[in-house]
Amino acid sequence: MKALVCVKRVIDYNVKIRVKTDKSGVETDNVKMSMNPFDEIAVEEVVRMKEKGLIKEIIILSIGQDNSQETIRTGLAMGGDRGILVKTEDTSLEPLSVGKIIHNIAQKESPEIIIMGKQAIDDDCNQTGQIVATLLDCPQATFASEIVKNDDNTLDVTREVDGGLETIKVNIPCVITTDLRLNEPRYASLPNIMKAKQKKIDIIDSSSLGLSLTSKVEILEVTEPPERKAGVKVSDVGSLVEKLKNEAKVI
Amino acid sequence: MKSIVIIEHDNNNVKQSSFSTITAANKISNEVEVLVLGNKIDKIVSELKKTSDVSMINFVDFDFLANQIAEDLSKVIASFLGKNNFTHILLPSSTFGKNLGPKIATMLDVQQISDVINIIDHETFERPIYAGNAIAKVKSKDKVKVITARPTCFEPCGQEGNVPIQKLDITLDKDKSVDFVKYDQSASDRPELTSAKIIISGGRGMQNGENFKLLEGIADKLGAAMGASRAAVDAGFVPNDWQVGQTGKIVAPDLYIAVGISGAIQHIAGIKDSKFIACINKDEEAPIFNFSDYGLVGDLFDILPKLEDELQ
Repeated sequence: MKALVCVKRVIDYNVKIRVKTDKSGVETDNVKMSMNPFDEIAVEEVVRMKEKGLIKEIIILSIGQDNSQETIRTGLAMGGDRGILVKTEDTSLEPLSVGKIIHNIAQKESPEIIIMGKQAIDDDCNQTGQIVATLLDCPQATFASEIVKNDDNTLDVTREVDGGLETIKVNIPCVITTDLRLNEPRYASLPNIMKAKQKKIDIIDSSSLGLSLTSKVEILEVTEPPERKAGVKVSDVGSLVEKLKNEAKVI
Repeated sequence: MKSIVIIEHDNNNVKQSSFSTITAANKISNEVEVLVLGNKIDKIVSELKKTSDVSMINFVDFDFLANQIAEDLSKVIASFLGKNNFTHILLPSSTFGKNLGPKIATMLDVQQISDVINIIDHETFERPIYAGNAIAKVKSKDKVKVITARPTCFEPCGQEGNVPIQKLDITLDKDKSVDFVKYDQSASDRPELTSAKIIISGGRGMQNGENFKLLEGIADKLGAAMGASRAAVDAGFVPNDWQVGQTGKIVAPDLYIAVGISGAIQHIAGIKDSKFIACINKDEEAPIFNFSDYGLVGDLFDILPKLEDELQ
């Protein structure tokens, strides 16, 4: 089987983001960037499947500017075989456009498994996997916490849904989006990071794909949420319980 | 303008998230219908009949809709939408709505607006980005708008209505590429993290998994859900699905109690919408105190047993 993993370059999850003073967005200059953590889980999962002999080739796909190559290299260092960067000048491509690009690449590469994080931790949309599955008219298994390959070329995917775990059986090709519990991604070793530098990344210009990637949502402003103020320090357990009961009235 | 709310249910009851979504829909226009899909859903339909501020209940009853597979649901919904002219399609931003909403939007070639927390007008919405560390005000230019609404941000609608019911005749075949296998409800009797009124979470300060038992007694007395910081999860104290924070569960309870949690950015991002935050930490300089309504400085191993006693 061939796997297409979609990865996004986002502000590192440990960075405290700053809203731009002109309210146009969030400051990304001179900020540490990393692979979206949920996408890292997606890379790890197919690398493990490859190590078990279930997958022959892993393609790491990213859509973005030149610097997204770094994110692809991270995926290659973890065990991806080759990369594709679809280059776009638009820094705020919407999920539907991203989905159309992935759909286009998937049609050319014909992977059996398309996998990505359930959401990116920047725009928090949680849409792209579902969009790609719908465009490809193939099954989707979102929020995956376990993937088991069956002998008849189907996959049993356990999904983290509200209140429990749901297992569905999907035919391949399929789209999987990953949740936290699926695995713990590895750190790439130094030799693998060196090796990844030799791996090939194809660069495709998004305008050459012949897709209509119009923006359908206008961002009017981005603001800071109302700040939480520090409250009071209480002296002992008794007064904590008293405050929660009589002041906050929450217990 | 006319809105349709896709109802989330578990075949026995309508989920609270659906009632919240009906409230959100009413903020857009006062013409709101609902669509409910399932198998043997008489009970669901009669529950919905009492809903206030809804003008019609549309329902489809098919055996293969029992398992709420997104591929099946979305095809029925597309067929229904094709015969009607709704301007807004709303779903709760639960795992049900997150799974299904983007499929509907894609079939209509529109860009879904995810996880709306505030409705400004029929085309302008506020939604959290960066795990709620920023709020984006967005305007949808699509003719038909597909929206998922965050249930905790909209009060459930009233139950004083008497809504007319319409059974829909739609014939479709089951999608053969996907099949339901099983559903395992969480074994715990405790509420879900994302819908709990009270949550008590432990961090690295708990020192090991065994010590989380100290939180259990308190959780039992408060009817609270239990959570953990990423540090506690990474240290292997508790399972991954307990993780609260930017990469874990985003929660918004009435009361969040953080025990032995320092308050890393990514944890705060997941709890900042809580109505009240209380914390227990021995380091009085810990950032968590800056976000807590009530802070108690001290050794959690002394404090927790006392707290449990105090809650008698």
